[in-house]
Amino acid sequence: MDNAASIGTTHAAEAHAHHHEEELSFLRKYVFSLDHKWIGIQYTVTSLVFLLFGFSLMMLMRWQLAYPGQPIPIIGGWLGQLNAPGGVMLPEFYNQLGAMHGTIMVFLGVVPLAVGGFGNFVTPLQIGAPDMAFPRLNMMSYWVYFIGGVVMLVSFFVPGGAANSGWTSYAPLSVIATQGQTYWLIGMVFLITSSLLGSINFIVTIIQLRAPGLTWMRLPFFVWAQLVTAFLLLLAFPPLEAAGVLQLMDRVAGTSFFMPSGMVVGNKPVDVAGGGSPLLWQHLFWFLAHPEVYVLILPAMGIVAEVIANNTRKPLWGYKAMVYSIIFLGFMSFVVWAHHMFFTGMGTIISSFFQTTTMIISIPSVIILSALFLSLYGASMRFTTPMLFALAFLPMFGIGGLTGLPLGLASSDIPLHDTYYVIGHFHYVVAPGTLLALFAGIYYWFPKATGRKMSDLLGKLHFWGTFICLNGVFMPMFIQGLAGVNRRLYDGGAQYAHAAEVLKWNTFMSHSAWALGIFQIFFIINFFWSIKKGQKVSANPWSATTLDWAAAPSPPPHGNFLVPPAVYRGPYEYSVPGHDGDYVPQNEAPTHSHAKA
Amino acid sequence: MLIPYTVEARPDTGLPNPKLGIWLFLASEVMLFGALFSSYILLRVSAPQWPRGSEELSVPLATLNTVVLISSSVTMVMAWAQLKMHNLARGRLYLWATMALALTFMVVKFFEYEHHFALGEYPSESTFLSIYYTLTGLHGLHVLGGIIVIAYLAGPGAAMWRSEGERYTNRVEVTGLYWHFVDLVWIFLFPVLYLL
Repeated sequence: MDNAASIGTTHAAEAHAHHHEEELSFLRKYVFSLDHKWIGIQYTVTSLVFLLFGFSLMMLMRWQLAYPGQPIPIIGGWLGQLNAPGGVMLPEFYNQLGAMHGTIMVFLGVVPLAVGGFGNFVTPLQIGAPDMAFPRLNMMSYWVYFIGGVVMLVSFFVPGGAANSGWTSYAPLSVIATQGQTYWLIGMVFLITSSLLGSINFIVTIIQLRAPGLTWMRLPFFVWAQLVTAFLLLLAFPPLEAAGVLQLMDRVAGTSFFMPSGMVVGNKPVDVAGGGSPLLWQHLFWFLAHPEVYVLILPAMGIVAEVIANNTRKPLWGYKAMVYSIIFLGFMSFVVWAHHMFFTGMGTIISSFFQTTTMIISIPSVIILSALFLSLYGASMRFTTPMLFALAFLPMFGIGGLTGLPLGLASSDIPLHDTYYVIGHFHYVVAPGTLLALFAGIYYWFPKATGRKMSDLLGKLHFWGTFICLNGVFMPMFIQGLAGVNRRLYDGGAQYAHAAEVLKWNTFMSHSAWALGIFQIFFIINFFWSIKKGQKVSANPWSATTLDWAAAPSPPPHGNFLVPPAVYRGPYEYSVPGHDGDYVPQNEAPTHSHAKA
Repeated sequence: MLIPYTVEARPDTGLPNPKLGIWLFLASEVMLFGALFSSYILLRVSAPQWPRGSEELSVPLATLNTVVLISSSVTMVMAWAQLKMHNLARGRLYLWATMALALTFMVVKFFEYEHHFALGEYPSESTFLSIYYTLTGLHGLHVLGGIIVIAYLAGPGAAMWRSEGERYTNRVEVTGLYWHFVDLVWIFLFPVLYLL
């Protein structure tokens, strides 16, 4: 499809869109919108704000780790006498920040951005659907998520502050914790409900609303990633909901699902019936939370696959192997959860089972990552801003994945358990891994959402700053972790002799974290500036093959496509021999000359 | 804007969107109750002693409730069958009957709870009572949700019959699938809590 034609259709689309806009009130168009694109943008902006907030909590904690017991400059006074008398953070407050950093980053930041944001905005466009299958349900998912977020934020202001038992909320600590934990549980019930509604919507949309001709093996890899992710959310979240209900009963109705008999707290016996099992919580929690790790990483792989195919101008290497791998990965992710629990004394037989499944699940991850690496071979790459982020994802996720292997084997996990090594490992997967991919996605699909490109100069500054600082934050964690520094220490290990050698890294990591914060300013400025002032681009500025770029105007009107698209070919027909132009959009009908080629 | 396959089935999947949606929802519900049943098993096998359900709880009332709930599933199917035969009045009548039976179930459940509370048998008393209240309470919430939806379909929601009869019939069918699931959960709860 030539550009002139697509620009022509863009104008028609705008006129069409204006016609619709007049019918909708401000509230229906911008607040309670039913349009998947706007809901996607709502998700994106909300989750980015939460990511910034969750990151700010960590920047505060890093002060305490680098300079234990010293008053926090400037903002120390704003934290309140209850949390930080004289600007010095109290241990109780440190625990709140730790628990809420994890909760906010995972459940309010990365998942809503990767699934709610990108899934909503891109999936219907890529499969040629006018909207999600259930637009009202879609709107409800967003608002339920929003309420969950508000409940989490409100919990900071209740007596005793927010939840402080870690993002994993292990019982029985969480059962006897302050009131904030109850808010955490209620907030989680909202977030889980939102994810459930969303995942049903995604699966139905992908199965039912694919354009004619868009067979399963012609789906862009991003859509496959979203489909598998939605199944994980659908089936893994309910057990956590069950666990949340049980813990809520323990806290509110005085039951003892997770409270063992004869428990003593502060030299006083706890007044409960007992007979519960703290281990039960861990099983229910990790039954969700391990698939959850894949919920965090799979959409990121999907984004990276799109960006790499587009910027290498080559088909993805091993597309089918990637698809089968991601499906297998989805299945396997349900049978690895107890590798988080080697330390609990489940017994060697159970441990052996889970370490075996854990080694097996690393195979499909390696296949996907290798396929993405091999896709680069022989390419004449375009180093656009999204491509830089996508390229950086590969080694970063590689480090995250490989450092996970020693944690998946019971015997090597024992010395590493609960140390900074674990923190380093999963942050490499989620921060330099997933977050870089999500940034790639934002730079990549921004022109589709706004019709304008983000600034390349600011984007590249943002990329290099972020890339270097992230490694500055997380690489030293492996060193500290191998030296045996525990992950939950309020003073970063200052009072332990075995940590003395590696303590110097704390200041380095903290300064890297704050520098990382500063580099995000480039992104924030770029994001808002480009909405109004960014360079105007055509409907398909990246010369991409998928329907989101090739068949829809930028920004797409309500209903997305002016003519319902039909699909005739696979998702990544770049540099097809014998074809003029270096790409063939999925919706381009085969001509006679093609048949010969 | 029209979403495809809202009413008619997509040829290659053989399903309209809402039907696939409700099956997926039920899959997640299976996981929810599955997790709770697993918790029940884990707590029971690790407990030094566990009371016999039939000695703690009222089997006759639960049997009555089982009959009531199974009957309500039958009336739900009848409602859908009547709508398929283009008989709205009969269909609505069966929907109201389903709702009446569901309300009966809740009333019986209320008296059961009240009886236990009067004896001082609160959830905090023992693990058995904890899991009893949690499972039946959550199931009760599901019944309540069903009552609200069925009341809507039998009442104001029936206005859709005139404009989009097939869509209305589908809504009743999909609600029916949910309702049978709620019924099925009870059929598991009854022996597990009251008999074993």
